[in-house]
Amino acid sequence: MKTILSKEQLALTIKRLANQILENHPQLQNTVIIGLQPRGIFLSDRIVQELMKLVDPKNIQYGKLDITFYRDDVRKSLHIASNTDIPFSIENKKVILVDDVLYTGRTIRAALDALLDFGRPSKVALCVLVDRRFSRELPIQPDYLGKAIDTIFSQRVIVLWNESDENEQVMLLDN
Amino acid sequence: MKLSTKHLLGIKHLVPEDITLILTTAAQFKEVLQRPVKKVPSLRDVTIVNLFYENSTRTRMSFELAERRLSADVLNFAASSSSAAKGETLLDTVNNILSMKVDLVVMRHSASGAPHFLAQHIPAAIVNAGDGINEHPTQALLDAFSMQEKFGSLEGLKVAIIGDIMHSRVALSNMYLLQKMGAEVMVAGPPTLIPKYISEALGVRVEYNLKKALQWCDVANVLRIQLERQNQPLFSSLREYSLTYGINKKLLESLGKEMVIMHPGPINRGVELDSDVADGSSSIILNQVENGVAVRMAVLYLLASREN
Repeated sequence: MKTILSKEQLALTIKRLANQILENHPQLQNTVIIGLQPRGIFLSDRIVQELMKLVDPKNIQYGKLDITFYRDDVRKSLHIASNTDIPFSIENKKVILVDDVLYTGRTIRAALDALLDFGRPSKVALCVLVDRRFSRELPIQPDYLGKAIDTIFSQRVIVLWNESDENEQVMLLDN
Repeated sequence: MKLSTKHLLGIKHLVPEDITLILTTAAQFKEVLQRPVKKVPSLRDVTIVNLFYENSTRTRMSFELAERRLSADVLNFAASSSSAAKGETLLDTVNNILSMKVDLVVMRHSASGAPHFLAQHIPAAIVNAGDGINEHPTQALLDAFSMQEKFGSLEGLKVAIIGDIMHSRVALSNMYLLQKMGAEVMVAGPPTLIPKYISEALGVRVEYNLKKALQWCDVANVLRIQLERQNQPLFSSLREYSLTYGINKKLLESLGKEMVIMHPGPINRGVELDSDVADGSSSIILNQVENGVAVRMAVLYLLASREN
């Protein structure tokens, strides 16, 4: 077991991601943040908290998206759905999708399909905390990245949050 | 977590966890149905046949819509316009359909136990859409979903099922489900329409006085008088029934309390329910219909994803 990001590094990384998003989307004009259920929400909650310190909170439009029904492995195993809550239109908006770990890219593929059923955004960008690069099964890359790591198939990346796990760090497990 | 059963033949064999799983999943599908695109691709590799050996409007349309909203391929079969009219047996019909690579069978049949029989002979998963006077599980699930939506929980809820208990598959499925989920159940109606040993067999309260039943309950699930299943007259006339067991606005107002009225449809207006009640503020009858699609999507999704 190896720590990839400690609690302090995690906090700094989230601050950096929020600032990078603002760099490209001044004042979050015409921009919405959408976190992916279930585990991406912890990251998007934090990023939104940081953004609230940096821009007028009224400008922040934040939604949550569950992609269970769009998965390509529905018939392989049962996935339990979480809430989807997008209380605004995404038509012609710039959407920033937020998830914790980018691995095969299949979740993001499903997320794009799900997202497009809510309207036609002008641009979609991807923000992830950890990128397991060289493990992709689809041509999908992050636009905002916490940390890229090299992993092999048998390893697992665990992201722990105070809210759910009473601990806060990113770890790599060898199985 | 997954369903404990391969088929949905009835509520009787479900465990409370199954029911909770179906209702939670249904809530997510209800949200899907509010989206601009009310459709998800989950079951696009699944083919479903709707076998209706008995007439139906709501249930058949609700199932078909649920299947299409899940992107499944849908085949419809109505006994009246098929080879069943030429004397083909149920098993032959189904095996012929299955040889065309169908994954799921939704069946309504006038014989109690027909889907159970089928389940023993074919490999596909079966959803019972009503069998004779036995069970109508998806109706009970959508009733439960609607009650949960209104009251938050089924635990401790007082539900009176009123009317033709004897011939009602909706009543039986509702009784099983409500008791599994911790609600209190009463059946009310004329003695000729309530099975004699129901209280001993199913542990429900029995009440022959409509007003007393309404005073007791939070929810009244009012059933249709099923004249088509009565071989002999079980009450003198519809007029007498409606005078003794019909619910009208005046009666509801005389109770001096808020309560919820449900009905599985089709309503015999002026018999078990007056129009001013069926269309009144206590009625959630159209919510039931709306919720039916989400609940059936949940059932089909959970059964299909159980197949490996």
